[in-house]
Order: sequence, then structure tokens, then C-alpha cells
Amino acid sequence: MSALLEINDLRVRFGDGDEVVKGVNLALNSGEVLALVGESGSGKSVTALSVLSLLEHSAKVEGDIRLDGEAILNQPKEIMRALRGDKVAMVFQEPLTSLNPLHTVEKQIAEILFVHRGLARKQARERVLELLELVGIPEPEKRLGAYPHELSGGQRQRVMIAMALANEPKLLIADEPTTALDVTIQRQILDLLRELQQRLDMAMLLITHDLNVVRHYADRVAVMRHGELLEEQTCQQLFANPQHPYTQELLDAEPKRGELPDMQPQTILTADEVKVWFPIKQGILQRTVDHIKAVDGVSLSLNQGETLGIVGESGSGKSTLAQALLRLIDSEGEIHFEEQPLHSYNSNQMRRMRQQLQIVFQDPFSSLSPRMSVFEIIAEGLRLHSELNEDELVERVNQALVDVGLSADLAHRYPHEFSGGQRQRISLARALVLKPKLLVLDEPTSALDRSVQSQLLELLLELQQKYNLSYLFISHDLSVVRALSHRVMVMQHGVVVEQGDTEQLFAAPQQEYTRRLLQAALI
Amino acid sequence: MGLVTQWQRIKASPINQRRWSQFRANKRGYWSLWLFLALFLLSLVAELIANDEPLLIHYQDRWMSPLMNAYSELDFGGDFDIPADYRDPYIVDLIEAEGRLYWAPVRFSYDTINFELTEPAPSPPTSVNWLGTDDQGRDVFARLIYGFRISVLFALVLATSSSVIGVAAGAMQGYFGGRIDLLGQRFIEVWSGMPQMFLLIILSSLVQPNFWWLLGILLLFSWMALVDVVRAEFLRGRNLEYVKAARALGLGDVAIMARHILPNAMIATVTFLPFIFIGGLTALTALDYLGFGLPPGSPSLGEMVAQGKNNLQAPWLGLTAFFSMSGILVLLVFIGEAARDAFDPRKRM
Repeated sequence: MSALLEINDLRVRFGDGDEVVKGVNLALNSGEVLALVGESGSGKSVTALSVLSLLEHSAKVEGDIRLDGEAILNQPKEIMRALRGDKVAMVFQEPLTSLNPLHTVEKQIAEILFVHRGLARKQARERVLELLELVGIPEPEKRLGAYPHELSGGQRQRVMIAMALANEPKLLIADEPTTALDVTIQRQILDLLRELQQRLDMAMLLITHDLNVVRHYADRVAVMRHGELLEEQTCQQLFANPQHPYTQELLDAEPKRGELPDMQPQTILTADEVKVWFPIKQGILQRTVDHIKAVDGVSLSLNQGETLGIVGESGSGKSTLAQALLRLIDSEGEIHFEEQPLHSYNSNQMRRMRQQLQIVFQDPFSSLSPRMSVFEIIAEGLRLHSELNEDELVERVNQALVDVGLSADLAHRYPHEFSGGQRQRISLARALVLKPKLLVLDEPTSALDRSVQSQLLELLLELQQKYNLSYLFISHDLSVVRALSHRVMVMQHGVVVEQGDTEQLFAAPQQEYTRRLLQAALI
Repeated sequence: MGLVTQWQRIKASPINQRRWSQFRANKRGYWSLWLFLALFLLSLVAELIANDEPLLIHYQDRWMSPLMNAYSELDFGGDFDIPADYRDPYIVDLIEAEGRLYWAPVRFSYDTINFELTEPAPSPPTSVNWLGTDDQGRDVFARLIYGFRISVLFALVLATSSSVIGVAAGAMQGYFGGRIDLLGQRFIEVWSGMPQMFLLIILSSLVQPNFWWLLGILLLFSWMALVDVVRAEFLRGRNLEYVKAARALGLGDVAIMARHILPNAMIATVTFLPFIFIGGLTALTALDYLGFGLPPGSPSLGEMVAQGKNNLQAPWLGLTAFFSMSGILVLLVFIGEAARDAFDPRKRM
């Protein structure tokens, strides 16, 4: 039997640039899940998009792609349009931006039925209800008239899947379908995809960077790097016996718990009953009728040289807590840093304290001012908190760059010339150059590839050892938290659900919520 | 640190060097800048180009400069103690008998009336009056140079001061938000609803307008042009992660606004600047055209437009005004484009 999808010697380049896909061969049978794995920039999404000719105009695609034995590469627009959403469907990464915010759920799903099947309005509505039920949306009748912003992230992704399945495609391409979702939701969506794929006997091309997902959901795996296909194996074989050294590297890049630096007995930060409530105002007089309790009575303490991991899903209040502790947003409750009552300080007193309390943000692309050179970015805090002359400044900045593993002669470049991992190192250098005692790390590794991630984690451990730093490490990624933290605190809806020693908590979680979180993390 | 070393540091910084080379990469804007600067510098020394007094007099082995000092007829052996009139053939003959006169290339100032016209004013271009004369017999070319100077200076001061006020107002509203933003926005809505041209006309009929009065009156309304873009940029900017990071570093509000958010607003400002400049220039021209502008007799492009309209049989008036205005406008837009390129960090060389 010939394969459903055959890709032979696919080559893609943009404009006059280098090839981003260099001769890829793939085959996919019906009823099979093939995972395409690789880091960002490896050409996996480009490969998938070229199946449907969805690449931008400057792309030059060569090779041969066959669906059911028919050539579909570089075909006229009409043929491709008839194919898209019918025989081949696609689910994109970001559910918020891939749904049209101005159309209701019903209209978006029915549109595909109108285009490909020419159904009447009434028939279409029945089919839409059926599809919503299929993807597990509760009370689908009530959801027909809903707009995307009224749905949660997981529900939006379910609607996307319903749209993709509307015409019972033979091939479903899922491009990082769960990256933007919380772990528990991620699990549900993947289970749903797998179940539907088996029930409808579809072929699925699953594009992901997450090896845990691959391990649980794929039949076969293809590993890509720099536009080349390195290895193709069944799932079991690949994890048991990887052939290519790069695959080995990828498997090793999963964060592992190493030796943590010893922590000191003295307490550096304590917080008592910290609350951040945002008022909900209503009526003409704007009376406060209720509060959104983003952080609701959290207490914690942190020793010198210790790492406290804070985990929780989005909206659990972990980032808000961190910003409240640094007095970046208003809060109630008492915060002491080295015996000093931070909560009672005014903004001038607080400004002087900031040298010792630093923060590194999640998104390496938006946390560096694009108009300042790396030197200006790192030196800014030093100019404020110290009386160094220009030569001493240069020396300190260079030292900080070397500390985070960058070369000192990069100082006069702009942030946009660096990769995500390098930018995150620059953010780290900006904080470290002030020689802080406490460093808040707000999802510092979430936007990075696995291999870059593990390098950054190693760096963080090394720096903690060297400068005796205390970390407040916030993440939704349990494996990363496990690799780095002495203690872990689990948050949900603004309150602490459970906290304790890392190994104990991971081995024997006491609370139901923690257990669910651990299970969903696929560790 | 002295100003000179500060300037050297600014010049030596690789970032500024890159900005400059990005500016130069836009050939059109680069040459427009030089052309505009050359014209502007030339117009600053308009007295040396177009003047009805000689620039230098060599008389009885003495060098005299009528530009610097006023001389009496008696100094040249005349009959009365009145200021020397160098257009009087009698005086010129007296001087040339014992010395020499060095004239400017154009022997008319903006208010010099040419009494030697062979036909009624406005007279067409001749070798004496290069662009003809206006309806009072004054040289159009001389009036153009002086008018260009006063227009550009006026627009320059107006654009600079309205940008400063507009950026400050927009920055405050966007950064602090809340009540300040609300009140500021409502005020601007009401203020911009005023019938501007009528107010300008009423105000300038209440006072005898001069350069500074007109500047103040136009400034009342022109500062609002930038507020909206700058405010939007600051509203967006105050929630950016690198602004949060700056706050975490301990920077004060003013430093955050100036160093982290303002550069983002600068592209909008720099792109708008040529248009505000043009706006100031055309507003002055319009007021002059209507007769509510600079005092009568001042050289002005607007007055030249008005003359062009009143004397359609003398097209050199209208054409001169039209081509000079559009020339300035085009040059400024090209310069603005190049400046925008230079400040764009994403633009690759």
C-alpha cells in the first residue's frame, strides 16, 4: 500500500537566502501519527506549511509532495484551495490569534462547511453542534453564539480542532497545538487529538519541540535540525536507542536535577499574608463591588543561597506575587528583606533598595530596550546605584558579560542581533551587574528551546554557587523547577496549595491539585 | 566634563555613527539636508546677497562698511547732514570720484523700490530684477530671500516649541494615565474644537502682530499635533517588560520616561516634525496672505501669494511663491524620511 502523504526531496528557500529545508523525505500512512521534532529554526514548520502551499510568496519550494498519489506541490491556487480544510486540515499554535475575534464560533466553523460542502444553514448548524460535541465542549448549544474572547484558551483550541475536523480530513497537521496552553489543558487537548485521530482513522503530522509529548502520543518520530532530516524511527526505538548524536543531545537536554549549592541558615526574605486585590468597580459612582484576588494571603520565607520554586498554571498569581514582593505593584501584608520592612518604604527608600532585589523577565524579546546597546542596558543600573567612572563601568559590564557566558566585545551591539538564549543572558547580566542578593526569575526559560534552556539552568546554578544568590524561581514547567529548586510552592487561584521540599513534593504530593499538575506534566 | 569632550563622546559612539551612516544611506534625504542647510545658511546672510547699500566703500583711503555704521552725506562731501542715500546718483558720483563702491550681487533690499522701471509695476523679469518686481516696484528675488529666511526661522522655532510642549503633554498623559490622562484628553478635545483660524484672526486684530506675537498665537493650537501619537506610545510603553525592568532597577519616573519610552516615541516625533514644520510655515503664509500676519512691508511668502492672486497678469509673482513653497516642502519631507530611517534600529545596512 502506498503512503497517504509522500514528501520527496523537499527544498525550500526564502528569496535569495540559504535553503531552510534541504532535501527532506517523509512518508505518512493513514491512521498514523508522525511527530516532527526539532528546535526553533530547524525547518519543521516550513516543511509542514509547504504541504498546503501556505508559505509566503518569497518562498521557493522544489521537490515532490504527493497526497494519495497525486502531486500537490506548486499546483494552481484553485486546486490547493479545494484541498485545504477538506482533505488536509491544520491546527495552529496560538488559539487566540488563529480565530477571528469578530465572528461567532458557529460562523467560523460553518464557513468551512459552506465553502467545501455547500450545506444549507440548518444542516450546517446541526453539523457544527455535532462537531462541538465531538471535541468535548460542554453545552454546545449555548456556545454557538460565543465569540472567541468568551472562551478559555483550551476551549478555543477545541474550536480550532472542530474547524479542522469539519470535513473529516484524511490528514491533520498540528503545528505545536498545545504550546500556548497550561499543562493540564495541554494534556486534555492532546488526549482529545489522539482519540479523534484513532476514531476517524486520520493521519496526523504533529509538530512539536516537546519530547514528552512525542513519547506519549506519536507512532513514529522524525528529527530535524538546520533544515535536514537527521533520523526517522518508531517512537519506542528512538527513545530506547537514538542513532544520531543530535537526537541523543536532545534527549539529554531534558532538565535533570544536579547538585544544588548549599543554602545558608540566615533568612533573607520573609513575606507575611501578602495580598494583591484588584477592585471591580461598577455603576456611575464607580463603587467597589468586589475584588479579583490575584494573590490572597501568601506567606513565605527564603534563605540566603536558597532557590524557592513557585509553580502554578497561568492566572494562579505567581508573577503577581513576585512583583508584589519587589514592590512593583501595590500590595497588603508585611514584607521584610534582611530585617528591613519593605512594605512600609516609600518609593524613594525603595529605589535605594532595588540594587539588592533584581528580577529577570520571561520574554527575552520584550525585556530589553531595542534602542539601547547591550552596554547601555547593563550599565544603566550601575550608573544609578554607584559612583563609578566610565572606565570602571566598562570593566564591570565586561565582567558581567563574561559571567553569563558572553563575550565582552558584544557590548556595542543592539539586542535584536542576538538569539533568544543570548538575550536572556543579557537580561541576567543586567540584574547580576548590581550584585543583588535576591534574584526573582519569572519564567526565564519558557521562551527558549530545550537545549538552550538546560545551558541557562546550568549557568544559574553556577552563578548561585559563585555569588551565593537566593533565587525565587517562577515557572509553569515542573521539570525545570525540579532541576533547580531546594523547595517548591504550588499556587492556585492566588493561594498556596502546597509547599515543601522539592524531592518530597514530587515523590509524594499531598494535595489533589498538585497530583493533577504532576500527572499532566508527563514527567 | 567640557562640552567639547561630550560632543566627541557622542560622535565616537558606534551607535550614533551607525545612525549617521544610515542617514547617509538614504541619498535623497542626505542631499536634501545639505541643499536645505545651504539655502538656509545663505538666507541667514541675506544682507550680503541682496542689499541696496554697498557692502564696502573705499573712500579717501578709508574702508567703510554701511552695513555696520550709518554714514551721513557729509562724510562723503555732501551738502546736508542726512543719512547717505546710496541709490542717489549724486552721492555715488561723489564717492566714486575719490574711491570705490563694492555692491552686493543684487542691488535691492526687500523694501527697496525700483524707481527706474521702464514699465509700470509689476514688471516682468529683467537682468536687473531677476524675478521681476511686485506691484509696488520691489524686487521679487530680494523679497524671496528675506521671506524664506523669516518663514524658515519662524517655522523652526514654532516646530521646536510645539514639539517640546506636545511631547511633554503626551508623555505625562500616557505614562501616568488615570485622571491626568482623562482631564488632558477632554481638554484637548475641547481646545481642538475651537475655530482656530477665526481665533487667530481675532487675536491678531486685537494686537499689532509681530514675529513673537504670531509665534505665541500659533503655538496655542499647534502643540496638539504630537500629543496623540506620543500618548499612545507611552500608554503602550509603560507596560513593556523592559520598562518594568527599568523600574525594578530603581530608575525614577523621569528617567524611565526619557530614556526608555521616549526613544520609541521619537520615531513618531521625528516623522511628524517636517510636517509640523510645514504646518507652521503654511500657517504663517496663510495669515500673511489674508493680511493678518507680519506687519505691512515685511518680506513674506504669503504676501507674495496674495500679490500673485491680485496680479494674474504677472505670473512671475505666483510662480515664484508656488515653486519656493513646494521646494521647501519637498526638501523637508525627504529629510524627515531619512531621519526616520536613521533612528530605526531594525533597519539593516
